[in-house]
Amino acid sequence: MAKIVLDRLTERFTDGEILETGSQHGNEWARVSPPAWRQVAEFLRDDAAAQMNMFVDLTCVDRTPREPRFDVVLHLYSIEKRYRVRLLAGVSEKDPAIDTLVPVWLGANWFEREAFDMYGVRFSGHPDLRRILMYQEFQGHPLRKDYPKEKRQPLLRRPPGSV
Amino acid sequence: MVFGESDISDFDNEGDLPTETMPLMMGPSHPAMHGTVRIALEVEGEKIKTADIQIGYLHRCFEKEAEYATWTQIFPYTDRLNYVSPMLNNVGYAIAVEKLLDIEGKIPERAQYIRVIVGEISRITDHLTCLAAGAMELGAFTVFFYLIKGREWLWELLEEVSGARLTHSYVRIGGVVADLPEGWPAKLREVLAKVRVALGDADKLLTRNKIFRDRMDGVGVIAKADAAGWGLTGPVARSTGLAYDVRKDHPYLVYDRFDFDVPVGSTGDNFDRYAVRLEEIFQSMRILDQALATIPAGPTIIDDPRVALPKKRDTYNTIEAMIAHFKLIMDGLHVPTGEIYSFTEGGNGELGFYIVSDGTGRPVKCRLRPPCFANLAVLTKVLPGLFIADVVPTFGMINMIGGECDR
Repeated sequence: MAKIVLDRLTERFTDGEILETGSQHGNEWARVSPPAWRQVAEFLRDDAAAQMNMFVDLTCVDRTPREPRFDVVLHLYSIEKRYRVRLLAGVSEKDPAIDTLVPVWLGANWFEREAFDMYGVRFSGHPDLRRILMYQEFQGHPLRKDYPKEKRQPLLRRPPGSV
Repeated sequence: MVFGESDISDFDNEGDLPTETMPLMMGPSHPAMHGTVRIALEVEGEKIKTADIQIGYLHRCFEKEAEYATWTQIFPYTDRLNYVSPMLNNVGYAIAVEKLLDIEGKIPERAQYIRVIVGEISRITDHLTCLAAGAMELGAFTVFFYLIKGREWLWELLEEVSGARLTHSYVRIGGVVADLPEGWPAKLREVLAKVRVALGDADKLLTRNKIFRDRMDGVGVIAKADAAGWGLTGPVARSTGLAYDVRKDHPYLVYDRFDFDVPVGSTGDNFDRYAVRLEEIFQSMRILDQALATIPAGPTIIDDPRVALPKKRDTYNTIEAMIAHFKLIMDGLHVPTGEIYSFTEGGNGELGFYIVSDGTGRPVKCRLRPPCFANLAVLTKVLPGLFIADVVPTFGMINMIGGECDR
């Protein structure tokens, strides 16, 4: 159904920004080259044929042992057109970083914080990239596949007088 | 000159007062915070300057645990996401896996109707909880009892269906675990009539109540233009006038057969969120009435040995059924390689499951897109400028559910 959106993307971005597109179980998806991440997002939001004005979800997938190891996964929706699309961008383990989408959709703020918290992917330009579900002193990123489920964290000693 | 007169006029303009901001922590355990969440406020007198909402106190590693569980073992985890409407989570997850299995169209009709019925009951209990707690936090304790009593009656019905008051785990991939008990629809009709009375009482006590309206009207306003970009869904989005309801816009199960309206607000303030929820309860009752009247007879789970457990009778008497049972329990059912984003209308909005499967008996990733996570995030923008007392109704009407928000 949202094939039109994928067509718009491949029409507009011809310089290798869109690596691959596809459709499965009624979900249309496009794999984006990471440097074009923000640009593609802005285009989808502003393009009259797509109007992806609703930020739905942002998360990561750990695809060990594939390289690039992580996929940043973004789901968008258009209220007017009722299109839905999924964007993926691979980021490497060595330098897991991608542009933030907070200037495009304000709702991305917490979702990017969560992705950073759980997978250690940094979102460059994010206004407040702190852990959100874990505490600040937590070590490691729990949803990475190499984080053991039963791993224990060191006990914390809070500095006296702190809240 | 009268003492003090000139002093007062000097400070007429509030901006001239030498004030210092003060940090104020609301929560993580605060009588007006239903759920453990901390709001770190920076206040200037009674006015809020900044609000940092700190969540995560109820993080239970849903995604991590799901990666180690078979597809069926995930159901109990989904119960504990939005724990005031567990059935809706059950249904949302089941639909996602069914789409991956490509058996979505083969679910028996009776099972789909049952899912709608238990789901709508859950939606009513979800909204009742939100309205009851919201009223109580503003001092209307009587309303709390009226509505919570209604919720309890409905939960008793769900207990009769599933055996558990809250953690139902009633839905299965391919259908539901058991048929409705005998005489249950009549009991549901009876309870719905009683809940209608309770709602009428609550409506009379709240909707035209000056104290209630003063705290709700024009407080916590969210503009319609902001709603989509913040990812707001559910009653919070609809209160702004954004008429987005998954049941209407992307009907799943048998929702396209029922006649119901999607109430929307106009100003996006707390009162609109209250009114939208109140009306949605009545709309859910309309759906329930229609579903009870038209539910067909038939099986309640798909007839597919790859997905559904064999009948107990066969398991105990034939070797084939016993092996099938053993394989389904120990290995789990096998879901083909693929990715899906499946979404349903939860109590708080769009409940999305993003699931990645690699063809084994366990998911690579099972993510929940929590509606109240996005709905709560918007408060960082809404709260500044309000008074400390406004935090209570505003937070209450967002209906943050810790289990779902923190997962």
